[in-house]
Amino acid sequence: MAKNGLITLTSRGLYCGQGDFYIDPWKPVSRAVITHAHADHTYRGNQEYLVPAEGERLFRIRLGDEASIATQGYGQTRLINGVKVSFHPAGHVLGSAQVRVEYKGEVWVISGDYKLMPDATCAPFEAVKCHHFVTEATFGLPIYRWQPTEFIFEDINSWWRRNQEKEKASVLFAYSLGKSQRIMNGIERLIGKIFTHGAVERLTQAYREHGVDVPDTTYVGSVENRKEFIGSLVIAPPSAQQAVGWLRRFGKHSTGFASGWMMVRGARRQRAVDRGFVLSDHADWPELLKAIASAEAETVYVTHGFSEEVVRFLNENGQNAIPLKTQFVGDAVAEEIFGSEEGSAEAPPA
Amino acid sequence: MKLFTELYVELDQTNKTNEKVEALRFYFERAAPSDAAWAFYFLSGRKPRQIVPSKLLRQWAIELAGIPEWLYEESRDTVGDGSETIALLLPNNATVDETPLHILVEQKLLPLRGAAEEIQREEVTSRWSEMSYSQRLVYNKLISGSFRVGVSQQLVVRALSQISELPPDIVAHRAMGDWEPTPEFFNHLIDPDLDTDETPIARPYPFHLAHQADFPIEGLGRPSDWQVEWKWDGIRSQVIKRSDEVFMWSRGEDLITERFPELAAAAKSLPNGTVLDGEILPWLDDRVLPFTELQKRIGRKNLSAKILAEVPIILQAYDLIEFEGRDIRTVDFRTRREMLQRLVSGFDESVGKVIRITESVEAADWAHLAEIRERSRTLGVEGFMLKRFDSPYRVGRHRGDWWKWKIDPLTIDAVLIYAQKGTGKRANLFTDYTFAVWKGKDLVPFAKAYSGLTDAEIRKVDRYVRDNTVETFGPVRAVKPQLVFEIAFEALQRSTRHKSGVAVRFPRILRWRDDKKIEDADSLDTIFAMLDAFQNPANA
Repeated sequence: MAKNGLITLTSRGLYCGQGDFYIDPWKPVSRAVITHAHADHTYRGNQEYLVPAEGERLFRIRLGDEASIATQGYGQTRLINGVKVSFHPAGHVLGSAQVRVEYKGEVWVISGDYKLMPDATCAPFEAVKCHHFVTEATFGLPIYRWQPTEFIFEDINSWWRRNQEKEKASVLFAYSLGKSQRIMNGIERLIGKIFTHGAVERLTQAYREHGVDVPDTTYVGSVENRKEFIGSLVIAPPSAQQAVGWLRRFGKHSTGFASGWMMVRGARRQRAVDRGFVLSDHADWPELLKAIASAEAETVYVTHGFSEEVVRFLNENGQNAIPLKTQFVGDAVAEEIFGSEEGSAEAPPA
Repeated sequence: MKLFTELYVELDQTNKTNEKVEALRFYFERAAPSDAAWAFYFLSGRKPRQIVPSKLLRQWAIELAGIPEWLYEESRDTVGDGSETIALLLPNNATVDETPLHILVEQKLLPLRGAAEEIQREEVTSRWSEMSYSQRLVYNKLISGSFRVGVSQQLVVRALSQISELPPDIVAHRAMGDWEPTPEFFNHLIDPDLDTDETPIARPYPFHLAHQADFPIEGLGRPSDWQVEWKWDGIRSQVIKRSDEVFMWSRGEDLITERFPELAAAAKSLPNGTVLDGEILPWLDDRVLPFTELQKRIGRKNLSAKILAEVPIILQAYDLIEFEGRDIRTVDFRTRREMLQRLVSGFDESVGKVIRITESVEAADWAHLAEIRERSRTLGVEGFMLKRFDSPYRVGRHRGDWWKWKIDPLTIDAVLIYAQKGTGKRANLFTDYTFAVWKGKDLVPFAKAYSGLTDAEIRKVDRYVRDNTVETFGPVRAVKPQLVFEIAFEALQRSTRHKSGVAVRFPRILRWRDDKKIEDADSLDTIFAMLDAFQNPANA
């Protein structure tokens, strides 16, 4: 990344000098343009935020009532010190965007996190042509290739049914923003009752306010008779797996974890859950290559994940690519490093 | 193959013992005996010699996946397992291979060994294209001789015992030693009506295993109820003499008779119908040699006269479990030991030199025993074994009758300097560490350790490694020296092959010392002082 280019990498994050704004900064700045509401992209403490309007409620939950937040819909353009800034769907989670930045004919796209696979809870990824494309590489190895989601939802359904026959609760760990709602939207809702951890409940409510179809849920903390959990599905963030006291209330239960990392057996065993479901909100290997190709960029900057591997592969195939050392982490790891917004696993929804 | 793959997936997916047993029962109740025999064979950790070299499987997968070789290697490092990497790299099919397990193994797999590469390739790649991802994984593991799944033989035996309504000990005993995975074998294994258990002459007994005493030793009551003996660190072995033949088995049920000809020769003079349990030890000038010396012999196909002279071995026998053709495992230990003593005292001098009986250590109380135990390191032992005089010889690991009373490990504070990704469960995390100690102003590598941290700590260290890599050498990352860990180990030995000049046995991480700075870590001087204190025989 050229030192005097339109976008540079600084110790606070990706910076547009001409427009004097940062994209997903990890240290406080005066003006932050945000791609999506996951903790490693949306930090508190910036003076002003510009976020995609399609995820407004989520940003509000993340940033609190005090934050100064301006919104802008997908496809709309605003000028910041002469720099054109627009949001385009990234297909990652509700209200996730790629940020397109243009100045004097030079176009950059910072894609944040994204996936190409259909997801009924958010707008589909839109390919945006540019000169410089910044891509993630969370799952940038050819072993990561997702199956159609119907199969995964069917697996979750049959796991839930089998547990129900044994009078067990099914406790499914999934990232509280995006993955949880995508699962609830996709599974067979007639099987039984769905309960949610506080972190999930609050964000799910925000999804509903944005008009996303999510089945009815009950906050776990509001349940007095623990027998209600028998045969039910409980959705909780990955961090809740460590909260032994919190889990005890479900009595006999089976645990599951929904993540792209579950592709590899070792990672699933390391998680020590009963079932791993391979479901990710990130692009798999073929999708990464497809998205990169469709950007038709002169230069591809590759951040978090298997960035060095993706860079080498692209270079060997005639594409100019450069690794970029950001502090984004990708996928469920974020929730463990940053904690769920609600702090303790016991916290009730607001 | 379908049913067996489902079993594999079930076993692989759960950590709960009863669910594993349930899955095993489900399988064995449905599988034909011809398939069940092979399933039992693989599940109990037996494997045919490698059928197709992993190198070839890898090469074909790289070609089919159309990726460069380095990308395969990166993928493999992340997955931690070659068979699984290959299974993941190929497109996932909707088709399922219905070939019965025994047909697949006997007619498709085994004949491939030694076949022309083109024939191997044709068979393997066309199988791959017909199999689901999970089947491919299991198939690759079978073909490369790396099949392993998280069940102990004990668990498989428990499932079969439930199906057959036979006591688990009977099933476990019938499954010992060498056998062929035939339907006859399997039917015999679970036949409840077979009342005479005619033992094939080579078959060993299941080993009785001890737990580490994890409580104040006084909790065991009076010392006089216990046989106290030194805990030797060698190769646990059953030495069998039946029908004029000698068979020696290791704990892993490998036949090791030919590895130790001097012991096999001595055992020839045992009466027929004798089974000894004991420890094979490298022994010279009336003291034990370091375990690494024994490894020199284990690794060798041909034992030269030189190595036999340099590393002679003996058996420290500590139990007699068959005598005059009679299984005496239910006889109390005191009586068994008396019988063993009588047997050993009747040996010729030449035999008695090789087959010895463990020394009994006696003292009035536990405090005195604890004092005597302090001599362990100078004697080259790990502490004491405690065996209740009135106990039977049991099957497998039991709490109560046999205890290991080991000395505390040596410990040292060392600095993390290199990290590498682990395999299996630890794949894609930096879990294999190299630790260093001070030598003047430099940190020199001292030990590698893989285990001892909690999953949460592993993730923290992993993060540290990723954020603080200063240099990369292939898969190894050199990290900024900052984290200090307390490393425990069992023994030290001088070594010219190690930069530090010492080799350590069984190093592991005891705890993360985040209260310490790297300046607080120990130095090589401390380690050499330990070496001198215990007078371990030099081994340059």
